[in-house]
Amino acid sequence: MTTGELSARLRAPAMGPKRNMPAWGWLVIIAAGLAVVSVIRMFSGATNLTSAGAVEAAIAAAVPIALAGLSGLWSERAGVVNIGLEGMMILGTFGAGWAGYQWGPWAGVFFGVVCGALGGLLMGVAAITFGVDHIIAGVAVNIVAPGITLFLSELLFTNAPGGGQRQSPPVGDVTKITVPGVSSWLGAVEDKRWFFVSDLAGIVRGMTTQLSLLSVLAAVLIAVSGFVIWRTRFGLRLRSCGEAPYAAESLGVNVIRYKYIAMTVSGSMAGLGGAFLVVGLKFQDGQTRGLGFIGLASMIFGNWRPGGLAMGAALFGYTDGVRLYDPDNMAMHAVVLLLAVAMVVVAAMQLKQGNRMVAASGLIIAMLAAWWYFSTDQVPRQLTVAAPYVITLIVMALASQRLRMPKADGLIYRKGGLE
Amino acid sequence: MKRFSMRRLLLGAAGPATALVGAAIIIVALLLAAGHNPIDAFVAMGGALSDPSVVTSAINQTTVFYLSAVAVAIGFKMNLFNIGVDGQYRLAAMVAAAFAGMTAMSSLPGPIRIALTLLVAMAVGAIWSGIAGWLRVTRGVSEVISTIMLNSISTAIIAFLLTPDMWAVQKGYNVSTRPITAGGRAPNFDIGSGTPLFSMILLGVLVGVAYWFLLNRTVFGFSLRATGMSETAAVASGISVKKMMLYAMLLSGAVAGLVGMPELLNGSAGSYSLNFQTGIGFTGIAIALLGRNHPVGIVFAAALWSFLASSSNALQSVNIPKEMVAIMQGVIVLLVVIAYEIVRRATVVLEQRDVARQLDISTGSEIAV
Repeated sequence: MTTGELSARLRAPAMGPKRNMPAWGWLVIIAAGLAVVSVIRMFSGATNLTSAGAVEAAIAAAVPIALAGLSGLWSERAGVVNIGLEGMMILGTFGAGWAGYQWGPWAGVFFGVVCGALGGLLMGVAAITFGVDHIIAGVAVNIVAPGITLFLSELLFTNAPGGGQRQSPPVGDVTKITVPGVSSWLGAVEDKRWFFVSDLAGIVRGMTTQLSLLSVLAAVLIAVSGFVIWRTRFGLRLRSCGEAPYAAESLGVNVIRYKYIAMTVSGSMAGLGGAFLVVGLKFQDGQTRGLGFIGLASMIFGNWRPGGLAMGAALFGYTDGVRLYDPDNMAMHAVVLLLAVAMVVVAAMQLKQGNRMVAASGLIIAMLAAWWYFSTDQVPRQLTVAAPYVITLIVMALASQRLRMPKADGLIYRKGGLE
Repeated sequence: MKRFSMRRLLLGAAGPATALVGAAIIIVALLLAAGHNPIDAFVAMGGALSDPSVVTSAINQTTVFYLSAVAVAIGFKMNLFNIGVDGQYRLAAMVAAAFAGMTAMSSLPGPIRIALTLLVAMAVGAIWSGIAGWLRVTRGVSEVISTIMLNSISTAIIAFLLTPDMWAVQKGYNVSTRPITAGGRAPNFDIGSGTPLFSMILLGVLVGVAYWFLLNRTVFGFSLRATGMSETAAVASGISVKKMMLYAMLLSGAVAGLVGMPELLNGSAGSYSLNFQTGIGFTGIAIALLGRNHPVGIVFAAALWSFLASSSNALQSVNIPKEMVAIMQGVIVLLVVIAYEIVRRATVVLEQRDVARQLDISTGSEIAV
């Protein structure tokens, strides 16, 4: 009974109006969004907005972000704020590079996960056992991790064939799936440049061509994590550690143990994210480029939920993917227009809810973006790099007040202590 | 009471001391594991510090680290994590360099040029951190996330502005802002060590004193500390927490804007280029933690950091990767924060025992800590 009550308490606040929307509602929203993108593609002539190449690049960009977000989800649901996941990701890149070039990509993935998990445990010792402020512990991990990896890479890779002081020898790639037949057929549809249909074909083709098994694994992990954290007894207890650790303790939950488990899984996910960057390429110093932080942001944007974080990762991955696969430098220009349209929609929604200030800010951003689009021919290359970060900021600014983090997230827990 | 303060002093020193000893043990173990002789390493690092030129540049670098750590510490004092000092100082240095390099500036007297440059840098830093502060106050966006995003955005903006089409000039393979002409640079002190001593050390001292004064002698500083210690208590005593947050972020950003100034105004290049030091903002976080946000504590932490960094090249001469120093720094930070926490808990236990004894309760073992 008691756990049932706890569960009711834990679920109740998360039940917003959003949760009551049926599945087809989401489909309608996604279809409408795609229609808007399609109109903008036709208007601006930037075919890369929904080309298969851009979607492939977007998936490759989104997966490490999603895994970093998943890493944050595990730790924060257990009440540990994890900005150290960037460091754990870096450890993962090293592990993957070291094992990957010697014993193949899957060994690399495995050791990337192990190294990430070690990073998670290291942070766990500081944040859980010694009760150091979580952000401080995370910063410390972020300082230690690059130091260790650089030291080890200089030690182990300098004399390896094809390696260097700051990079490992090349690592092979995991299997990539291309659904036979479908790809070329969809490509034909994509080239017709029809409204909506061609866009859908491009996206589906991007998702079925050269899809890395690791991407599939990441998608599975997100679903499995969601199930484990929300639908199992173990997950309920884990979440109770993040919401009300002292209440959980009084019910016999070993909070410290759950937090350690969460940190280990969190580190593993971040390590896997790091390994994803290495596999098919090689370990390089500075490879993570702050992706861990973006992952963390996408998890917050996703309201500490697996579906939300996947959406967030897809959004940032898409912006990054379009930028990377943009030979004629037109797509990012079209993204500015897309931003303007999205802001108008957001402003309308906010106005309906009575948030006049937010609606006005949204409209101002929309007008600025529209003005920028129509007064220029392209966005300077150097600035397009910032797009995912700017969009993160805007999205957070517009959405953050609806978000609800685990209640005891970031608080120091001491066994038998007082709340 | 005297015994009390003696104990506090000992406990205060115990944290950093145990951390340093612990770090030394870990480093020795690492060196041995990697097949190096730890004694060689320490002799080489110590040897580097007997070179006056190395020491002078380490002191110069200490100033840079100090400014960055103070910028971080202002935020820390009220539980604001300004991870964005890095972006703030780089953007500020770039804009200030472009401003100071303008031909129109050459006609002004030197001191005014320097003052204007510093002002521009502070303003840019404050604006950039102000965005994060404003988002936090009005929209509740975590400053940790927003400042990290702003770091990346500033990198892109700098890359955009630092092109010959915009504010930069091409010099061989390097791109830089227009170099500041002689009158606009700050003088250096020649102390005969082969490396000039930066006059901007005085700026560091000034900022340190101002920081101390602000924290301990003004209403603003009191409110800042009060908000950091207990937000609810601060609200109850009439402090506007939102206002304090915004001010603290602006102030932190303004100080962050100064971080690049020693290199810009004292350095040999006199411009912002691709070679400009990066990553000082993150170092500042570590140093602020190490120095416990204390104006004097940060001096020691910054000096330690800087001397470790300048002795790293000496390690290469005994065939040890200089990244060893990065590990040392990381291990020290991690151990220091852990040691501080243990010492804090020990202090609490001891104080509770004292109170219990004074209240004439037999033992303090039943009091929850």
